[in-house]
Amino acid sequence: MGLISNGTTIFDNGSMASGFGGSLNFISKVTASSSSSIEFTSGIDSTYKEYIFYMVNIHTSGDGDNFQFNLSTDGGSTYAVTKTSTFFRAGHDEADTTTELTYITGRDRAQSTLDQVLHQNLGTGSDESMSGYLRIFNPASTTFVKHFLSEVSANNTNNKLEQNFIAGYANTTSAINAVKFVTSANLIESGDFLLFGVS
Amino acid sequence: MAVVSGGTTLIDNGALDAGVPTGSLTLLSTQTASASATIDFTSGIDSTYDSYVFKFYNIHPSANTAAIQFQGSTDGGSSYGVTMTSTIFTVLHTEDGAETGFTYQAGDDIAQGTGFMKLHRHCGIDNDMSQNGELTIYNPSSTTFVKHFMSRFSGSWHAPGEMENFTAGYFNTTSAVNAIQFKFSSGNIDDGIIKMYGVA
Repeated sequence: MGLISNGTTIFDNGSMASGFGGSLNFISKVTASSSSSIEFTSGIDSTYKEYIFYMVNIHTSGDGDNFQFNLSTDGGSTYAVTKTSTFFRAGHDEADTTTELTYITGRDRAQSTLDQVLHQNLGTGSDESMSGYLRIFNPASTTFVKHFLSEVSANNTNNKLEQNFIAGYANTTSAINAVKFVTSANLIESGDFLLFGVS
Repeated sequence: MAVVSGGTTLIDNGALDAGVPTGSLTLLSTQTASASATIDFTSGIDSTYDSYVFKFYNIHPSANTAAIQFQGSTDGGSSYGVTMTSTIFTVLHTEDGAETGFTYQAGDDIAQGTGFMKLHRHCGIDNDMSQNGELTIYNPSSTTFVKHFMSRFSGSWHAPGEMENFTAGYFNTTSAVNAIQFKFSSGNIDDGIIKMYGVA
């Protein structure tokens, strides 16, 4: 049954009509609990042209771990898509002795299947964590490579704030249909991962 | 017909009541390029929203190394040439790993000019290459303040490689900006989708 008000269809066939409601559509949420990885193996398809992962208070178990992600074209069976990317960061320590705005050559990728680093040397103090977002554009395209953008802010191991800016693309015309987040060596002790689609 | 629940009006007169939470990012219009010389948004930019976000998906040029760029209008799209001042810097990494860059692009910023501002430079033209990102324009209908904007793009550099572009600036006018035009520095917008959202 549809719902029509003054000649305008508001609801029909189980969904709200276009033009009503917001465009940031919640898909799923995963909370880490000493997790070796966090994987999103469903909900990433052609429904939306843009998917946004919000990462909130990601806390790892190993001091100095890197936090990173990879992509899959086979629903999560493997995560090793070829990527080319950039990485730069701004930093400032609590002691006010160091500031930086630097391109980080060791964390970019050039046609590599390795995980893409989103933050390096995470601190593990009880009040330390990483938060930010990762956007993936039109992952279901079978024409274009899949561009991504990320920005995170995190506590480094040496009481330093680092803000990282990552951009790149998965160099494949196969659809990307799963995303995996891991640390370089240890566990994702806690933190929330929220996946949204932009309509 | 109105829909009233618990004494609260949810829907009336063809619209959701203003008190119904719907999310703060509202899609206003979508345009799909097809060998288009320009993509113009000439309606929907007014005082309804505090800021307007344009999202770009798989923008593909017809001319290699062209730049996707934009300008504003204060006359509903009759002319596009608002005076602006802006910045642009880029981050680059080629697929062969031979070249990286993290550079302010002095030649592509604008200082009180009326030309088009670049959002992404040196776009590649290979079939699988495209540009993706977003542009936010803050309070375009203000008649008190100049109109600031910011954008961030991830796109295919022609070399090939990844190029990320950051731009910011302002339309230096206290007239309302009520239309926006996008075009490449040469050639057409071969393909791609541009969506405009209002942010409440």
